[in-house]
Amino acid sequence: MLRGMRLATALGVLMAGCVAARADGPVPVKIGVLNDRSGVYSDISGEGSVVAARMALEDFKPAEHGLKVEIVSADHQNKPDVGSAIARQWYDRDGVDVIMDVVTSSVALAINQVTREKNKVHINSGAGSADLTGSQCTPNTVHWTYDTAALANGTGGAMVKRGGDTWFFITADYAFGQALQRDTSAVVTKNGGKVVGSVKTPFPNSDFSSFLLQAQASKAKVIGLANAGGDTINAVKQAAEFGITEGGQALAGLLIFSSDIHSLTPKVAQGLVLTEPFYWDLNDATRSFSDRFAKLFGGKKPTAAQAGVYAGTLHYLKAVEAQKSARDGAATVAKMKELPTDDPLFGKGEIRADGRKIHDMYLFEVKKPAESKGEWDLYKLLATIPGKEAFRPLNEGGCPLVKG
Amino acid sequence: MAHAAAPADAAPIAAALPETRDTKALHRIVFIGLAVLLAVLPFGLYPVFLMKVLCFALFALAFNLLLGYGGLLSFGHAAYFGMASYVSAYAAKNWGVTPEIAILAGTLTAALLGLAFGALAIRRQGIYFSMITLALAQMVFFFSLQAKMTGGEDGIQAVPRGRLFGLIDLSDDRVLYVLVALIFFGGLLLIYRIIHSPFGQVLKAIRDNEPRAISLGYRTTRYKLAVFVLSTTLAGLAGATKAIVFQLASLTDVHWSMSGEVVLMTLVGGMGTVFGPIAGSFVIVAMENYLAEFGAWVTIIQGCVFVVCVLVFREGIVGLVARKLRKPL
Amino acid sequence: MMTILGVPTQALFGQLLLGLINGSFYALLSLGLAIIFGLLNIINFAHGAQYMMGAFVAWMLLNYAGLGYWWALILAPLAVGLFGVVLERLLIARLYKLDHLYGLLLTFGLALIIQGLFRQQYGVSGLPYAIPPELSGGQRLPFMFLPNYRGWIVAFSLVICIVTWLVIEKTKLGAYLRAATENPTLVQAFGVNVPLLLTLTYGFGVALAALAGVLAAPVYSVNPNMGADIIIVVFAVVVIGGMGSILGSILTGFALGLVEGLTKVFYPEASATAIFVIMVVVLLVKPAGLFGKPA
Repeated sequence: MLRGMRLATALGVLMAGCVAARADGPVPVKIGVLNDRSGVYSDISGEGSVVAARMALEDFKPAEHGLKVEIVSADHQNKPDVGSAIARQWYDRDGVDVIMDVVTSSVALAINQVTREKNKVHINSGAGSADLTGSQCTPNTVHWTYDTAALANGTGGAMVKRGGDTWFFITADYAFGQALQRDTSAVVTKNGGKVVGSVKTPFPNSDFSSFLLQAQASKAKVIGLANAGGDTINAVKQAAEFGITEGGQALAGLLIFSSDIHSLTPKVAQGLVLTEPFYWDLNDATRSFSDRFAKLFGGKKPTAAQAGVYAGTLHYLKAVEAQKSARDGAATVAKMKELPTDDPLFGKGEIRADGRKIHDMYLFEVKKPAESKGEWDLYKLLATIPGKEAFRPLNEGGCPLVKG
Repeated sequence: MAHAAAPADAAPIAAALPETRDTKALHRIVFIGLAVLLAVLPFGLYPVFLMKVLCFALFALAFNLLLGYGGLLSFGHAAYFGMASYVSAYAAKNWGVTPEIAILAGTLTAALLGLAFGALAIRRQGIYFSMITLALAQMVFFFSLQAKMTGGEDGIQAVPRGRLFGLIDLSDDRVLYVLVALIFFGGLLLIYRIIHSPFGQVLKAIRDNEPRAISLGYRTTRYKLAVFVLSTTLAGLAGATKAIVFQLASLTDVHWSMSGEVVLMTLVGGMGTVFGPIAGSFVIVAMENYLAEFGAWVTIIQGCVFVVCVLVFREGIVGLVARKLRKPL
Repeated sequence: MMTILGVPTQALFGQLLLGLINGSFYALLSLGLAIIFGLLNIINFAHGAQYMMGAFVAWMLLNYAGLGYWWALILAPLAVGLFGVVLERLLIARLYKLDHLYGLLLTFGLALIIQGLFRQQYGVSGLPYAIPPELSGGQRLPFMFLPNYRGWIVAFSLVICIVTWLVIEKTKLGAYLRAATENPTLVQAFGVNVPLLLTLTYGFGVALAALAGVLAAPVYSVNPNMGADIIIVVFAVVVIGGMGSILGSILTGFALGLVEGLTKVFYPEASATAIFVIMVVVLLVKPAGLFGKPA
C-alpha cells in the first residue's frame, strides 16, 4: 500500500521533472538506490539505504540550491544480471543520473561497467571489492564507505600492534575469502606477526565447530574470520559455544557489520575485534543522525553502508550544484574529487584519483554484556586508524587512472 | 499411489492432443506471428529486457524438450546454462575471440558436460534421475565457486560484446537484439524440427511407455542420451548468449535456484507444449523485472505462482489455449 | 602423540564426534523426509523451510510468551506439525493421484513463500537464541572440549530416531503405516482411514523437521535462509539411504555426518561436495540406494 503510494508519487514527480527540465528552472537530478532488499544483505543496506538517501535530501534542501531531486529504488536480488538490467533501464529510459549503494561485489562490478559505458555516476557504499578502485576502476565510480583492503589493513595491522602476532585463518573457500586472507596475511607479516595456519571452509557453511577446533589446536593468538554474512555469524556463535575467547584466543571479524553484531548480541559476540568506518555512537553528529534515522526506520541504528549512502548523496549533490548539471557523469565525478569532502558522519576527507573515498577507520571491540547499556550499545573503540594509513596506497591498486 | 509412477501424468494434456494437417497451418501462423512480434516489440519494450526474455525462453525451450518430450525432469539444468555462460564470457574476455566463437565455445562446453552427466543420469528414472541431475549440478556449482577462471563471487565482469565475425559492432543494443532474436528463432525452429522428426516420435513413444519402445527394438538409452545432450546444448547456447548480452557471467546462473526457475517458466507456460516455455519465461522475467521495487515480495509472489500453477493450472498458459483450440501448440 | 595421515588421533576423535553431531541433524531431517516420501510419495521440498520455522517458533515462544527452550522442544514441533496438517489437508492432498513432479513443485513453491514471509517480517541477520542454562558449559574430554549442548543434541536425536523407528516397526499403528505404503487400497478396504493416516504422517514428518530446528536454534544462526541450503544435502542423504527407507535414512544420516567430519580434516574445501559424490557413486552401484528395495 505504502509502496504503491510511493511509486505513484515517484511517477508524479517524474512527470513534473520532465516538465521542469524543459523550462529554465532548477537542475533535475534523479538518484537510484539499487541494493539487496530481500536477500542476505538486506539488513546491511536494503530499505535503510533509501531512508538514508532521503535524509540527505532533507538536509541538503535541493530547492535552495537550484536542484530538483528525486529518488527511485529497486532490488537487485544479489543477481548481477538483474542489477545490470535495472541499471541499463534506469540510465537509458528513466533518466537516472546516479546509482547509489549496490551491496554485493558481483553486482557492484557489473554496475561499475554499465555506468562507465553510459557516462553516469556510481557511488558505491555497500560492496567490499577493492577492485572497484583497483584494476576495474573507472572515471565514473566513487567507492565511498569501505573496502576489503582497508578492513584487512585495519584489523590485521592494529591487532598485531596490540600483541596479537600469531594468526590462524578460517577462510571461506572462494575468491572473496581468499582475497581477504591474502590481504590480511600480508599486513600481519609486514607488522612483524606470523600466520601459523589456515583452513578453507566450503561456502556457504553452517557448522564451524570442526574448523574452530583446528583453530584452537593451532594455539594462535588471533583467529581471523575471512568470511561474511551468515557464515561469520555462525562462526562467532559457535566460537562462543566452544569457549574460544575464554581460552585466551581473540576472534577477529574481517567483514562484519553492526547489524550482524546486533543480531548476535554482545553476550555471544563479546571480545570480537573488527574494523568499521562508521558507528552510530562515535560523536554528537553521528548520534543525532542515528536518532533521526532510528525514528524513521523502526528503531534500527544505521549501518556503515547506510551512512555511506547518506554522505555520498550529500557530496554528489554538492558537485552537481557546482556543475549546474548532472548530465556528464565523468565531469561530476571529477568535480567530486576536486571538492574536499565534509559531512557529519565521516568528517573531513577527500576522494582520490582512483575513486577511493578517504576517511578514518575505527578498530572496535564488542562490549561485554555487563558494559552494554542498551540494545544498540555494541562497541568499544580500541583505536582510530587515520585515513592516510587505513586504505591501500594509491599506487598499489593497479588503477589505470592513476598513471596519468 | 505407491511407487508406480504414472509417466502419462507427467506428459500434460496438451501434448496428447492429436496432430492434424491444419495443426501444421496453425503452427505456421504462430511462427509468423512470433517473427512479427520479435520485429515489432523492440520499438515498444526495452531491448535489454527483451534479450533477457529471449535467452531465458531458449533455456526453457531446451529444458522443455527434455521434460515435455523426453519425460525426464532435470533439476540441475542451471549447470549447463551457467557453465556455458562462464566459458563464453571467459573466451570473449581472456582469449579475445569474436562473440560467435565465444558463444560456440560455451555451447560446446554445455554439450560435452551434458554428454558426461547425461551418460550417468539417464541410467536412472523418475525422481532418482532428478536427484542425480541435482547432485551433479551442485558439484558444478562448487567448482564454479572455487575455480580461478570463474572469479568466485565476483563472477567474470566487463566482458566485451565485440564485433560479430570481426565486422559488426554489437555494442549497440539494437544490433545485438537482432543477433539474439535470430539465435532464439533458430533454436526454436530446431527444437520444432526435433519434436516433429522420426526421432521425436520415438522419444514420445519412450516417454509414454518405455518397455514397449524397448520391445519394439529401440535402444531407448541412446535416444534418451541424445535428447539429454540436445537439451543441454541448447541450454548452453542460451547461457552463452546471455553472457554476451549482459557482459558478465556469475554464480546466479549455476545456482540450484536457477534450475528451479526454469522449471517454473516451463510450468507456467505449459509443459510439453512447443510454445509454452516462451510465454512462461516472458511472464517470469517480467515479474522479476517489474516487481523489483517490491523487494522480498518477489519470491513470495513466485512461490504463489508455483502453488497456483500446480493446484489449478497444470496445463499452463499455452496448454490452456491449446485445449480451447483443441489443437496442440 | 599418535597420528593418522599426519593428523593426531586425538584431533581425529574430536572431529568424528563433531561429525556425529552434524549427522544427528541429517538423521532427524532425513527421517522426516523419508517417512513423508514413503507414505505420501511427496518429495517435501518445504522441509528446510519447516526446519527453519521450528527454530523461529522457539524464538517467538521465548520472546512473545516467555516460554523457554524446554517448552519450545515440545510446543514448536506441535505448532509446526499442525501447520503441516493444514497444508496437507488444503493443498498436498489434491496431488496424490499425480506424478511425483507436482508434489515437488508445490512444496518448492511453499518453501519460497514461507521463507519470503519470514524474511519480510524478521530480516536476514538472524535472531539470537541462547543455549539453555541447564546445558551450557562443557566437558573437557581427553581429546577435546565438548560443549554439553552438543552432547545433548546427539543423545536426544538418537532417542527420537530410535523411538520413531520402533513405533513404525513394532506397533500396530506402524504396521498400518507400512501396509498403507505398500498397498493403500487394500488397507482402506480393511477399514483403516487412509486419508487421515496420510495427514497425520505428513504432520509428524514436519514436526520432526521443526524439532531439528529447535535443536539447531542455539548453535546455528536463526535466520529465514537457514533451511534453504541444508535441504539439498538432506535430499542427498535420503537418496543415498534409499528413498522411503526409515532405517536407511537414520543410519545414512549419522554415517554421512561422520564422513563429512573426516573430509573436514583431510580436505576441508571438498566437505560440501563429498556427499554429492557419494550419492552419485551409490546410485550408480545400487540404484535404489543403500537400504532401498529395488523397484
